[in-house]
Amino acid sequence: MENSLINNLSKPYKNLKIMNEQSNWLAACRVEDAIENGGVCVKHGEDQIALFYFTRRNEWYATQNECPHKKQMALSRGMIGSATDEPKVACPFHKKTFSLSTGECLSGDECAIKTYPVKIENGTVYIGTTPKS
Amino acid sequence: MKEPQIIVIGNGMVGYKFCEKLRSKTSSFNVIVFGEEPRRAYDRVHLSEYFNGKTAEDLSLSTENWYQEQNITLFLNNPVTEIDREQQKVYTANGLDYSYDILVFATGSGAFVPNIPGTEKEGVFVYRTIEDLDLISSYAKKARTASVIGGGLLGLEAAKALIDLGIEKTSIIEFAPRLMPRQIDAAGSDMLKSKLTDLGLQIHLNKNTTSIEGDGCITALKFSDDTVLDADMLVISAGIKPRDELAKACGIEVGPRGGIVVDQKMQTNDPAVFAIGECALYDGMIYGLIAPGYEMAEVLAANLCEGDKAFTGFDMSTKLKLIGIDVASFGDNFITEPDCRTIIFENKHKGVYKRINVSNDGQYLLGGILIGDATAYNLLLQTSNNRIVLSENPEELILAASGGSEPASGTGITSLPDSALICSCEGVSKGDICSAVANGSCENIDEVKKCTKAGTGCGGCLPMVKDLMTYTLKSQGKYIKNVICEHFNYSRQELYDLIHIHELKSYDAVLDALGKNDGCEVCKPLVSSLLASLWNEMILKKGNDVAQDSNDRFLANIQKGGSYSVVPRVPGGEITPDKLIVIGEVAKKYNLYTKITGGQRIDMFGAHLNDLPIIWEELIAAGFESGHAYGKGLRTVKSCVGSTWCRFGLHDSVSFAIRIEERYRGIRAPHKFKSAVSGCIRECAEAQSKDFGIIATEKGWNLYVCGNGGSKPQHALLLATDLDTETCIKYIDRFLMFYIRTADPLTRTATWLNKMEGGIDYLRNVIINDSLGMATQWENEIEKLIASYKCEWKEAVENPAIRKRFSHFVNAPEDKDPTIEFVEMRGQKRTAEWKTV
Ligand SMILES: Cc1cc2nc3c(=O)[nH]c(=O)nc-3n(C[C@H](O)[C@H](O)[C@H](O)COP(=O)(O)OP(=O)(O)OC[C@H]3O[C@@H](n4cnc5c(N)ncnc54)[C@H](O)[C@@H]3O)c2cc1C
Ligand code: SF4
Ligand code: SF4
Ligand code: FES
Repeated sequence: MENSLINNLSKPYKNLKIMNEQSNWLAACRVEDAIENGGVCVKHGEDQIALFYFTRRNEWYATQNECPHKKQMALSRGMIGSATDEPKVACPFHKKTFSLSTGECLSGDECAIKTYPVKIENGTVYIGTTPKS
Repeated sequence: MKEPQIIVIGNGMVGYKFCEKLRSKTSSFNVIVFGEEPRRAYDRVHLSEYFNGKTAEDLSLSTENWYQEQNITLFLNNPVTEIDREQQKVYTANGLDYSYDILVFATGSGAFVPNIPGTEKEGVFVYRTIEDLDLISSYAKKARTASVIGGGLLGLEAAKALIDLGIEKTSIIEFAPRLMPRQIDAAGSDMLKSKLTDLGLQIHLNKNTTSIEGDGCITALKFSDDTVLDADMLVISAGIKPRDELAKACGIEVGPRGGIVVDQKMQTNDPAVFAIGECALYDGMIYGLIAPGYEMAEVLAANLCEGDKAFTGFDMSTKLKLIGIDVASFGDNFITEPDCRTIIFENKHKGVYKRINVSNDGQYLLGGILIGDATAYNLLLQTSNNRIVLSENPEELILAASGGSEPASGTGITSLPDSALICSCEGVSKGDICSAVANGSCENIDEVKKCTKAGTGCGGCLPMVKDLMTYTLKSQGKYIKNVICEHFNYSRQELYDLIHIHELKSYDAVLDALGKNDGCEVCKPLVSSLLASLWNEMILKKGNDVAQDSNDRFLANIQKGGSYSVVPRVPGGEITPDKLIVIGEVAKKYNLYTKITGGQRIDMFGAHLNDLPIIWEELIAAGFESGHAYGKGLRTVKSCVGSTWCRFGLHDSVSFAIRIEERYRGIRAPHKFKSAVSGCIRECAEAQSKDFGIIATEKGWNLYVCGNGGSKPQHALLLATDLDTETCIKYIDRFLMFYIRTADPLTRTATWLNKMEGGIDYLRNVIINDSLGMATQWENEIEKLIASYKCEWKEAVENPAIRKRFSHFVNAPEDKDPTIEFVEMRGQKRTAEWKTV
C-alpha cells in the first residue's frame, strides 16, 4: 500500500521509494533524534550503519559506517554535501568522499560502500538492512 | 576504394601512442594491432606503482572501449609469429594471416639476460611486465634475501620494489665500478651509494657474477673473485635487448648488437616496413626512454598523413626519484676538463651532489648531474638545451636554495624562447602552453593538461607548466582567483567581507545568500571558521555543528582508531601541583594515555566519544578549560621561566605569556597559530619559530612574526624592537586581525607572508604605520572577539541538546564503539594499528 506510507508524512521525502522486496526493517530512531544535515550511527547487532538526514535536500540516506580506506568507524561523523548534484559524505579521517546514493568512492579508488534503503513511518526512521548495493 | 591497411606489431607504450597520434590526425586507414601480452597497453614507466596499490587497470593507457571507438582492431595474447614480405602478410599465433600495406614494428625490448649458468633456476626473474611483477611478488613471500643484478635505473627500481615487498636483505650487484654508469659520475655514485646503504640496501660494485647456485631453486650467487652471496631470489636487470627477432627472420636489416635499423622517417630497408620505440635502432643507438619513443610515433604518424617530419636523435636527459632520492642528468653530463669547466657542489651531510659543466668561455651550460636535490633540473635542462647565456656567476645555478623555484641568475622561465621544449614526453613547447593559456582556452592546470597534453606523460614538467600558466595569466592582467569550491564563487577574503556586510550567522544562511547547492567538506569548515572569526559565537549552535570539521564538532581531536584526545589549556605552560594531580587522576579514571606536548601542556589520548563530556566536567570542576587543540585558532603560548627564576632573565616572560594566551584563546583563524615568550636573547622558549614570538630586551620586548615549525620550518622575522608591553599587544592585535581577514584558507602566517607583495616591509608599514588606515577598526574588532570568549567545553556539557550528540550510537546511547581497540605499550595503552583488510 504505497499511499499509507506517503500519507503519514507531512511532506514526502524526495528519495524514498517503497521497496517491496525489503522485509528486514530496523527501527533506527525517531526523526527528531537524527541530526539535520548530518549523520548519526545506528547499531545493528554487530554492524554499524550511518544514517544521514539531508534536510537541505529533504532526503534520507543510510550507508555502512566503516570507511573502506583505513577501516575506521567514522562515516557517520563525516560532513555531507554535494558534488554537482551527487549527494556525498566525506570521511573525517582523510576526507575520502563517497556517494550517498550509490556508495561509489568519488575521490580515488577506495572500494564502494554499502548503501541501505530508508523509510519513515509515524515519525520513526526505518533502515532496510539488506543493502541496496 | 578500400582503405590501406596498417598492421602494428606490439601493443606497448609506443605502439599505443602511435595509434593515438594517427587517429588524432585521420580516420582513414584500417588499423590492426597485435599484442603479445594479455592486456591493453599500460604505463610501463610507472610499473613499480603496481606494488604500491595501483591495479593493472589504473596503469592502463586507455579505456576498454577506446580501440573500438577509434575503429582499431586489437588482438591481445596473439603475437605475430611470421612475416611474408613478398605477399605482404603476417601470420599470428592463433593460426590466422592478415595482409598489410604498411607494417609497423613496435615490439619494444625485453630484459637482457647475460649468459650466466643457472639463469633458468626457479626464483630468477626479470622486471619488465605486469606478469613479471605478479611472479616476483608471489615468490617474495617466502624469500628473506634477494639480489638484483644491475645497478642501473631499472635495477635500482627493482631493488626498491623488493624492499617494498618486505625482503629483509636486498643487495645490488653491479659489474661497473659505479651505480647508474650511464647517467652519473663516480662522485655522484658514491653519494647515491651512501644514501642507498643508509636505507638498508647492500651495494656491491665491480662484481662479476659467474654462476647462480642452487638445486632447482636459486640459493646463492658466485662471483669471479670467488666470493659467494646468499640469495633466495634474484632479479636480473642488466640492460635491455631489442625485440628484433621477427624482423631478422624475414630479412629486415638489424644492427650488429640488435635493433631494427631505421632512418629519419623510421623506415627500414623495406619501404613498407617501419619500426618505432625501443626496438628501433637509429644512428647506431637504441633510445631506452619513453619520450624519444613517443617522438618516433609522432614522426611516423605525421608522415603517414602526408606530413614531413624527421627523427634526428633525442635528448636523453632524465630525472627520477629513486627510493625517495632525486637523481638527474642532462645534456653532456660526462664531459670533463679541459673540454669544459666543471663546477661541483657537494654536501655529504645532506647527501647532495651537484655538478654542472660550463663551456670554457663561461657562456653556456653544457650538461650536469644532480643527486639528492633536483629541484633545479627543469631550469638547468632548459638553460642548456636553449643555449641561454649564463650570468657571471654560473655557480648560483646550483647554489640557489633548494626549494626556491628560480635560481638567482637570469634564467627564469621568462627568459626561455617560445620553442623551448617543456614537456618532452608529449613534445609540448613553451609557446604551445603560453598560447593555449593566452587565447583563453584554459585557465587552470587540469585544463592545460587536457588541451596541450603537457604533463600527462611522466609528469616531471608539471611545476614548470604551472609556473608558465600563472605567468601568462598574470602578464595578461588576469586575476587568478582562488575560488573556494563549486559552491562558492568567491575567495576566502571576499566571503569574509560579504558575510560581515550581510551579517550572516549560520552556515545555511551563508549558503542560501551567497552560495549554491548543498555545500561540501571544503566550504563548510571554511565558512564555519569565518563565522567564528567574525562573531565568536558558540560553534556548535544548532545547524552550525554539522558544518564543522570533525575535531571542531566534537571539541576534541579524532585519533587513529576513532577515539579522541583531550588537551586542557595550560596558559604559558605554568601549572600547579594540584592541577597536575587532577590530570593524573582523570587520566587514570578514564584509562587515557598521557603525553607532554610540544606546546608545554598535557595531552590525554584514547577517550571514547561517550566519555568526553564527563571528562570535561571533571576538568572544569578543577579549574581547567578547553585548550582548543582541535580548532584552527590559538594553540599555545610557550614561555621560559624568565626573570622569576632564571639568572639571565630580563623580564617576567611567564606572566606575559599567560596574559597573551588568555587574551587570544578561542579566536578562530584561517589556520592554527602559536606563540612563545622568552625572557632574554638566549631564546629558551623558541619564540622565533612561532607565528608570533616575543623576546625580552634590556628596554622592552622584540616582536617577531610569521615563523613556523612543521614540514617547512621558517624563522620568524623581526617586526619591531624594544616595545613596551601595551604597544606590543596592540601590534599583535593588528597583526592577527590582518591575518584573519586576508589569508587564504588553511594558510599559516609564514606562507601568508611569503605570498604578500612587499613582504615584511609592507607588513611593518600596515601594522606600525597603519598604512591601510584599518588599525582602529581592527583593534575594536578584536576587543569584541576577546569579550565574547567562552569555554566551549563548558557550554557543551551544560547544553542538553549539544551534550546528547556525544554518544556513538543514536539507538544505544550508553554503548561505546566496540570496534575501538587498544594495545599495551610501556605501561600505558596505545591505539591498535590501522586495520588492513
Ligand atoms: C620498470 C621500468 C621502468 C621504466 N622507467 C622509465 C622511466 O622512468 N623513464 C623512461 O623514459 N622510461 C622508462 N622505462 C622505459 C620505457 O618503459 C620504455 O621506453 C617504453 O615502454 C618503450 O615502449 P615500446 O612500446 O617501445 O616497448 P614496450 O612498452 O615494451 O612494448 C612492446 C610490446 O610489444 C610486444 N611484442 C613484442 N613482440 C611482439 C610480437 N611478435 N607480436 C606482438 N607483440 C609483440 C611486447 O610484448 C610488448 O607488449 C622503464 C621501463 C621499465 C621496464
Ligand atoms: S630565554 Fe633567557 S630568561 Fe629565558 S630561560 Fe633562557 S636564559 Fe633564562
Ligand atoms: S608529526 Fe605527523 S605523526 Fe607526528 S603528530 Fe604530527 S601529524 Fe602526527
Ligand atoms: S579512514 Fe576514511 S578516509 Fe582514511
